[in-house]
Amino acid sequence: MKNTARHLAAGILALVFSASLLAGLLSPARYDQQFRDFPNASPSRQFPLGTDELGRDRLSRLLYGSRVSLLLAPAAALLATLLAGVLGATAGYLGGSPERLAAASMDLFLSLPWLFLLVTVRATLPLNVSPLVSLGITFLLLGALGWAAPARVVRAGTAALRDSEFILAARACGCRSSRLLLRHVLPNLKPVLSAQFWISIPVFIVSEANLGLLGLGVAEPLPSWGNLLRELENYQAVLANPCRLAPLFLLVLVMGCFQAILPREDFTA
Amino acid sequence: MRAEPKTFHPLLVTDEPSETVRYLTSGVLIRLNRVTQELEPELAVSWKTASGGRQITFQLRDGVSFSDGAPFSAEDVAFTLRAMMDPNLRSPMADSFGPGPVRVEVSGTARLTVTFPAPVAGLERLFDQVSILSAQSPKKEMAGLGPFLVAEHQPGSHLRLTRNPNYWKREASGRRLPYLDSIRLDIQQNRETEMLRFRRGQIHLINNLDPELFERLAAETAAAAQDAGVSLESEQLWFNQVARAPLAAHKKTWFRSRNFRAAVSQAIQRQDICHVVFRGRAMPAPGPVSPANRFWFNAALKPAPSNPAEALRRLQAEGFELQAGLLRDRQGNPVEFSVITNSGNRNRERVAAMIQQDLKPLGIRLNVVTLDFPSLLERITRNFQYEACLLGLVNVDLDPSAQMNFWLSSASNHPWNPNQKSPETLWEAEIDRLMRAQAAAVEPQKRKGYFDEVQQIAVREAPSIDLVFKNALAAVSPALRNVTPAVLRPQTYWNVERIYFAK
Repeated sequence: MKNTARHLAAGILALVFSASLLAGLLSPARYDQQFRDFPNASPSRQFPLGTDELGRDRLSRLLYGSRVSLLLAPAAALLATLLAGVLGATAGYLGGSPERLAAASMDLFLSLPWLFLLVTVRATLPLNVSPLVSLGITFLLLGALGWAAPARVVRAGTAALRDSEFILAARACGCRSSRLLLRHVLPNLKPVLSAQFWISIPVFIVSEANLGLLGLGVAEPLPSWGNLLRELENYQAVLANPCRLAPLFLLVLVMGCFQAILPREDFTA
Repeated sequence: MRAEPKTFHPLLVTDEPSETVRYLTSGVLIRLNRVTQELEPELAVSWKTASGGRQITFQLRDGVSFSDGAPFSAEDVAFTLRAMMDPNLRSPMADSFGPGPVRVEVSGTARLTVTFPAPVAGLERLFDQVSILSAQSPKKEMAGLGPFLVAEHQPGSHLRLTRNPNYWKREASGRRLPYLDSIRLDIQQNRETEMLRFRRGQIHLINNLDPELFERLAAETAAAAQDAGVSLESEQLWFNQVARAPLAAHKKTWFRSRNFRAAVSQAIQRQDICHVVFRGRAMPAPGPVSPANRFWFNAALKPAPSNPAEALRRLQAEGFELQAGLLRDRQGNPVEFSVITNSGNRNRERVAAMIQQDLKPLGIRLNVVTLDFPSLLERITRNFQYEACLLGLVNVDLDPSAQMNFWLSSASNHPWNPNQKSPETLWEAEIDRLMRAQAAAVEPQKRKGYFDEVQQIAVREAPSIDLVFKNALAAVSPALRNVTPAVLRPQTYWNVERIYFAK
């Protein structure tokens, strides 16, 4: 039963990923094309999910937006996991003052009001960047700032490994610290890192969506799930045209699928 | 109200919520009728200007009392004017009357003459903003001559105003106004919640309604959605022309080129912005002054239709070339710039996205950047780290003298290039001259002649591209009577003393 659910989730994810990658072929129109005579149009043959407030085809924007969110969120998750792996494993392995310092830094990092900090950081970045670059910057920021939570888990995992018998044996055989860390500790942290990577993806998708709701994040005219979700601000318009819920539906679906395919043993690792 | 009033002192008002309270609780000598835009007698029954606009004599109304019962006399007006002009008080209104000491001569209880050191353009109109304080009342600024008085203030929640029992206005039958016993001013930032409460009958008047909400309301209750027509509020785009701005030299050259600015202006489909973003509740801007400003608008100016082909020709004449869908300048630099606007204003973000699309056929790449408001202000007023800016301009005063801080090249609010030591362009020097001339002249027609020229120069040089003028939209409960929304503030309750509930 569990396997069926996982297979189904993997199938849905594969479908959504494929559709987003084939957005150029599947989209009825360009994502930025404004049909100015049809703003806020209801679903029709020409516009299967209707149009947004500027007359842009909602289906096309959803497909391109999925590409943006689904490709860059894993990239940001990879960056965050790498940083967490390096910092968490080093701190956990060294122990003592370096570990305490790293733990304090992680706690401090997690206690900062990131939303406000992101707004400030975004304001200090160069203005004249193309929407594509702004997109890269947004996810790079998310990735660079998202290391602390997984780093705590990695540090705890490394600390548990540090005093294990096989590490003691390796140390007794004269194994150098760098070799110990790379050849013995890190391979044993793989399940932890893998779990942190998969958990981070939906977190970053939602973070980008939050930034989009604040009018930050991915710049016009590029769509992302974040800026598509802004259409939900107007609840009466949502009632009038429930197709506006499509990005929310897709976001929930994808996050649910990510949770379903996560290997359970990774959580307990 | 969108926010808490910053002050209850009528002479220190700078924000809109405080202005609302002032309007409802204070009395003035002369009132600008918000519908006819004519001056009408209030606490002064008549007035006469002399000495070329340096002097004004008022004949005051008899038998008027402040809300606490203290009698109103010429001494109160003299006290108010002296308080307002006192540099220690730092009243923002004092600037409008010009520098220097003011001489006030009181002759009897109902007559006084005010003499200013220099002529003041549109002198009578300025008294629409001067709330009269009581010289004798122990409550000072809390004793008012307006139709209501502040009875309760719950910070962050609401203000309750109650009827002034001593208000001087009466209806024809002799009944004392106002009709309403009290007014509750709710502090409500969220527009959706505001509309929801209006639908439930918990709010009866909403000013400055968003076109989207207005359209929804009109579909539900047509009588409640009231459009007073084109207002004084505009959307504008300007390029950074500050010489010391940290921009690439070639970009400074573009932004300082009249043909470049005019071409951008010509490429923008203003009619589409009105139709798509403002749901038809706006008009393409013919110039920097709204047609809603009946006297000062230059009627010779018409909204220029969009013409991308002509815009491209203009750019080519300036040395730009369209190559493979990308516009390049003489040195081969691709024409790409960013426009900043404040985040959270959906309509403005939509306008930016439409301009981005309109400039595409010219080969111009426009990057839209939304910033939080403090960061945006920092960039446009201090460090000048921006290329173009899209913002709204809210004009609350009809007279051009109130806009000196916008038009003069030395002014701090001269958006495209503020605080110039001397005008950096010939046309700015000409605008400076014309604005000073209109401020020094007394005859209205002569002043209008000067200001018409200013508007023509602004359209020709396009330092700030005027996009659209928005309509003044309001929600008015069908239960209320005598509400006639106006384009000037306060839109729906300018005649508050005559508003009442239908029985």
